[in-house]
Amino acid sequence: MSDAILAVHFAGALVTLQDGGRVGHLRYGVAASGPMDKVAFAAANAALGNEPDKTAIEVSLGGLIVECKSGSVTLAIAGGDFMIEHAGAKTNGWVVLTLNEGERLSVRVGTEGSWAYIAFAGDVIADEWLGHTATHSTSGFGGGAIQTGQQIIVERADIREDREGQIEQPDFLPSGTRMRVVMGPQDKWFRSEAIEAFQNTRYSLTNNYDRMGVRLEGEHLALDAALSIPSEPIVRGSVQVSGEGIPTILLADHHTTGGYPKIATVISTDINVLVQKRSGHEIAFEAITPEAAISIARQFANDLDGYLAQVSIPRGNLQQRLMQQNLISGVVGFDD
Amino acid sequence: METQYTPVADYALLVTLADDISDDVHKAIVAFDQAITHAMPLGVIEVVPALVNLLVSFDPVVTDHIQLEAELRKLHSNAQHKDDQPTKRVVKVCYESPFDFDLDAVAKACNLSADAVINAHLAGDYKVLMYGFVPGYAYLGGVDASIQVPRKLAAVRDIPAGCVMVAGTQCLVTTLKMPTGWSIIGRSPTQILLNDPERPFLFDVGDEVSFERISLETYQQLHKASGNE
Repeated sequence: MSDAILAVHFAGALVTLQDGGRVGHLRYGVAASGPMDKVAFAAANAALGNEPDKTAIEVSLGGLIVECKSGSVTLAIAGGDFMIEHAGAKTNGWVVLTLNEGERLSVRVGTEGSWAYIAFAGDVIADEWLGHTATHSTSGFGGGAIQTGQQIIVERADIREDREGQIEQPDFLPSGTRMRVVMGPQDKWFRSEAIEAFQNTRYSLTNNYDRMGVRLEGEHLALDAALSIPSEPIVRGSVQVSGEGIPTILLADHHTTGGYPKIATVISTDINVLVQKRSGHEIAFEAITPEAAISIARQFANDLDGYLAQVSIPRGNLQQRLMQQNLISGVVGFDD
Repeated sequence: METQYTPVADYALLVTLADDISDDVHKAIVAFDQAITHAMPLGVIEVVPALVNLLVSFDPVVTDHIQLEAELRKLHSNAQHKDDQPTKRVVKVCYESPFDFDLDAVAKACNLSADAVINAHLAGDYKVLMYGFVPGYAYLGGVDASIQVPRKLAAVRDIPAGCVMVAGTQCLVTTLKMPTGWSIIGRSPTQILLNDPERPFLFDVGDEVSFERISLETYQQLHKASGNE
C-alpha cells in the first residue's frame, strides 16, 4: 500500500473534510460539525469496511472534480443523487470504484440531494482541531475546505476490488415533505395563529442555506408579545424564529447559543432527510410527543445498525463474483 | 421560580432555573453543572451551562427525557452551593490606537474621558457566565454600570480575533473574525483558544476574570511571541 495523490481540478464552495463530528465541546461554544447527512456519510465508510467516523470529503451542490496523479485508491460515494463520471464513463451515485493514476472523477449535482460523501480505503491527510478533522465552516477549524488547485493525499491507499459496485441505499428514512418536530422550548410565547400556521402550512427552503442553517419561507410566526429571553443553548435542529417572524433551522455548524425564541426542534432522524432537500423544496412540520421522538430515535438506531452491517459486507473479488454469476446463470439454465 | 425541565427533540433536556440573570442564578447553574458533570447519569453526553438554564444532551438509545429528568431532579436537590474560591484568570489588554476602535464613542456615550472608561473597565469584577455563539466566545458578566452601552444598531463585519469589547453588562474577548454589534475598546494578546483537546479553552464557566493594562509595545512583543503575526 502506498499513497494516492489526487489533484483537485475544481472544488465548489462548501466542499469540506468531515469526520463523525467533534461532540462534547458545546459548553465552549463549539458545535459538533461533522456530516450534514450522517446516514450517507456512515454508508460511504461502511461500504469500504472503514470505522464509521473516518474522515471523508463532503461534496456540496458546488461539486468536485479530481484527477489521480499517482497511486490508486478505492473510494465510496454516497448521498443524494449526484452525477458521477469516472474515467470518462458515467455512473450513478452510491457506488464503490477504484480511481487509478491518470483517471478523473467528477461528482456533480444531479437530480436530487444537496450533499454527497467520498470515503476512501486509506487515510486522508487532514488537520485536526480538538482531536477531530470535522470542518467547522465558520472558523475553518479542522480539516478545512477543499480548494481548487490543492492536492488530497490518501495515505496507505488500498485497492479493494472485493468492495466495488453499487451501494444499497437506505430504505428506512422517511420520504416526502414531513418533518417531525418536538414543540418548544419557547412555543408558548407564540400566538395561537403562529402555532397553527407552523403545524398546518408548508414552508420551503430558501437559498440562504449553508452548514450553519437553512432559512425558511412561509407564513410569518408572530410572538404574543415582544420577548427578551437571556441567550440559551441551541442544538442542531432548533427552529429559531427571528424578530420578523422568519424561521431558520439550525444545522451542523450552528451558533451554540442565541436569544431568539425557538418554536420547535426537528428530531435527529429527520435532519438527515431535511439536509438533502434544496432551495424551493417544501416541508411540512408535524408535531410529535417527546415519547414518540424517543421511540423513533431507537427504531432509527436499530435500522441504521442493520443497514450499515449489510452495506459493509464485501461482495468478493472479481473471480468470486463471476463464479456467483455463473452459478446463478447455471441455475437459470437448468430451469430452462 | 420552580425549575423547569423542557424536552428538546429526541436527545436533550433544557433545565431552566430562572427567568432573569442574577448572581445567585449563576451560582446555582455552576453548582448544578458540576453536580451533573460529576455524576454523569447514564446516557448523558454533555452539559451546556448558560445564563439561566443548562442543556443536558443524552443518547436516546440509553435513556429518555422522563428517566433523565428524574435523575436530574435528585441531583438538583442534593447540589450544594460550594464555597470554593473560583479560579482567577488574568487577561492582558492594550487600550491604545489602533486597537481602541470605539473607546471614544463609549466615552462620549457615558460622559466620561477615555481614561475613565479604561479605569472603569479595569475595575470591573468579571465572571465567566457562559460560552456561546462560536468557539471560545466567553461571555463575562460584571461590566461597571458607568460604562454600560447598548449594542450598535447594525453589526460591523470582520472584527478580528483578540478584540476586547463590551455591550450592556457583558464583556467578551473575541477568538475568531466575526461580525459584532458590541463596542471595541482594546486588543488582547492572551490566548483563549489553547488548541489542547484536554484543556481546549482558557476559561471554565464560573471563573473570575480581571484585566491587566499593557502598552502597545508589550502587546506587540506578546503577540509576536505567541506566534501570531
